Amino acid sequence: MTRIPLRPLARILQAREKGENPDAIEKENIRQRHEEMRDKARRRAEGRLLVLGVAFVCAFAVVGLRMGAIAASEPREPRAAASGSEILAQRSDIVDRNGKVLATNLFTHSLYAQPPVMIDKERAARELVKIFPDLKEERLVKDFTGKRKFLWIKKKISPEQMQAVHDIGDPGLMFGPREMRLYPNGRLAAHILGGASFGREGVHSAEVVGVAGVEKVFDDYLRDPANEGAPLQLSIDLTVQAAMRHVLEGGMKLMQAKGATGIILDVHTGEIMAMASLPDFDPNNRPRPAVEGAASDSPLFNRAVQGLYELGSTFKIFTVAQAMEEGLVNPSTMVDTKGPMTWGRFRIRDFKNYGPELSVTDVIVKSSNIGTARMALMVGTPRQQDFMKKLGFFDPTEVELVEAPGAKPLLPKKWSDISTMTISYGHGLSASPLHLAAAYASVLNGGTRITPTILRQEGPQRGERVVSEQTSAALRDMLRQVVVRGTASFGEVPGYFVGGKTGTADKPKENGGGYYKDRVIATFASVFPTNDPKYVVIVTLDEPKTHALGEERRTAGWTAVPVAAELIERTAPLLGVRPQIAPLPEVGITLTSN
Amino acid sequence: MRIIIICMAVVSLGWMGFKAYSETYVTKQALKEVARLQQQIAAKRERLAVLKAEWAYLNRPSRLRELADLNFDTLGLLPLQPAHFGTADQVAYPLPDLLPITDPIEVAGIVEQQQ
Repeated sequence: MTRIPLRPLARILQAREKGENPDAIEKENIRQRHEEMRDKARRRAEGRLLVLGVAFVCAFAVVGLRMGAIAASEPREPRAAASGSEILAQRSDIVDRNGKVLATNLFTHSLYAQPPVMIDKERAARELVKIFPDLKEERLVKDFTGKRKFLWIKKKISPEQMQAVHDIGDPGLMFGPREMRLYPNGRLAAHILGGASFGREGVHSAEVVGVAGVEKVFDDYLRDPANEGAPLQLSIDLTVQAAMRHVLEGGMKLMQAKGATGIILDVHTGEIMAMASLPDFDPNNRPRPAVEGAASDSPLFNRAVQGLYELGSTFKIFTVAQAMEEGLVNPSTMVDTKGPMTWGRFRIRDFKNYGPELSVTDVIVKSSNIGTARMALMVGTPRQQDFMKKLGFFDPTEVELVEAPGAKPLLPKKWSDISTMTISYGHGLSASPLHLAAAYASVLNGGTRITPTILRQEGPQRGERVVSEQTSAALRDMLRQVVVRGTASFGEVPGYFVGGKTGTADKPKENGGGYYKDRVIATFASVFPTNDPKYVVIVTLDEPKTHALGEERRTAGWTAVPVAAELIERTAPLLGVRPQIAPLPEVGITLTSN
Repeated sequence: MRIIIICMAVVSLGWMGFKAYSETYVTKQALKEVARLQQQIAAKRERLAVLKAEWAYLNRPSRLRELADLNFDTLGLLPLQPAHFGTADQVAYPLPDLLPITDPIEVAGIVEQQQ
């Protein structure tokens, strides 16, 4: 690059000759030089901007194209992952406390049709009806020959059926892979598990959603891929549940009952070891909810959780518990039982006259309504309400079943003195057998509140204190006396020191207006062993009757108690409770000396 | 000198090109193998799930009870009863182990001497 001098001699000399100022030339040159420098700098800057612009355009174009490519391409599993994907099934298994499978998944196929590509539509319909007798041939022919381009024929088919359909050989009949929920144990624990059905459906897959029981409550957990297929472990023991269902079914038939309920609850952890409600259903083929008739007659109805019943004399123990806790009575205090007891226009009677007065223990042993009502009056309405609230009779149970929140106990609208008296012996307040189980566990386990749970627990619950340990022990002793010499004498199981309280409540008429004379709910609430409580067992029979000693009997002592005794005898060894054998009398050796 | 450098550069370039080419194919082959294995694993897992379900189905308590009833003659299985619990004193004490021999004695010689 040639550099022009600022003061070129030739021009300066010329300018001097003409008498001009030579500095002007220098200034002019400086200006020109600056202009050149400025232009050069601008060109360079413009060039740089251009390069930068092109770079940005390229970068954004790459990002945009990549986004487009990712959005448009089919998703694919990463191939280079170290291990195969852990999650194969879309829903976790459900297992019992020992890891035995209660619910799992099975791969199967669904069957659908695309009429436009079908060849011989009439024949296909005819052959399909041969394979699936529940389909209607006319309906199929109508669907195939109509305007429909797509229709589902069966949601789940077995491999044999699939082969048979395959053998029809029509290209318009197609199979989609399906994952179905399988309950290998059938009716066992049907109410707890609930059931599952298909949610959104596509040809390639379908969503499996829980419709009831734990399947619905833990739907999100079971479907969460973050669990990596870890199963949901329930507190149920499959073997105990099977034995319980077997015994209850037999007992229900023997006692000609309409329904039966059994609950075994761990008194320390609150775990439900077994819970059954009969009649039940097969969750593999869950029936539709009944549209007519009472909901409680449907096999879908979980009597243990949803059934609200007046549970009768089983409540007496709560009244005694409270009276003892308040320091009003002790087990040997005498209570007035002269009957009939008149209160306003109400009269309270006992099953039979028990004489002028009984000790508190005998009030429980003989099940005196009058004695209990008198104790309830001593306690008073507000304190009774508080205590019932503490035991959980004011709210639905907190067990993890979708049916539980709907079963709020029925309390009297106006809690008057007469309500206090009737509730003291279990009338006028309807609760579910599970409420009863939880309340019994709470007062008998040493006196701390138990919340029943269906999930396996690691240790005992530390609930708030409901009654003192001394009261709890005294109550267990009273319940033991009921079995030894009271209304539940059939409840004795050698070696297990069973204690319990019977309850027989007349059934209220469905449309109001009093009670049935010949229909009862018979309940036996028991605990074993009473010297070291481990389990609470509740057995409830709906409308039982049996013929014994020449007359028809409905009371719990003749119906629910023998069933419960059989239940305890069968399940206690399975639960690992060892019978305590009373020490044998000394062998007859007479010590002599001579 | 310059020729040598250029030759070496050309040779190494060719070698690297060939290496990259063959490595690509090896990688593709490995990926294919991985995909095949993963498919196999998935199939095995599916099979395992089916077998587990079948195991659970065949071991359902109602079936076991029926089988126990059917084969009562040979098996004689009864539901577990409280009387089936044993007590510790029904079990015989194990025979005590021999004490370790720390000081062996040469018996043969003694026997001979006695004779």
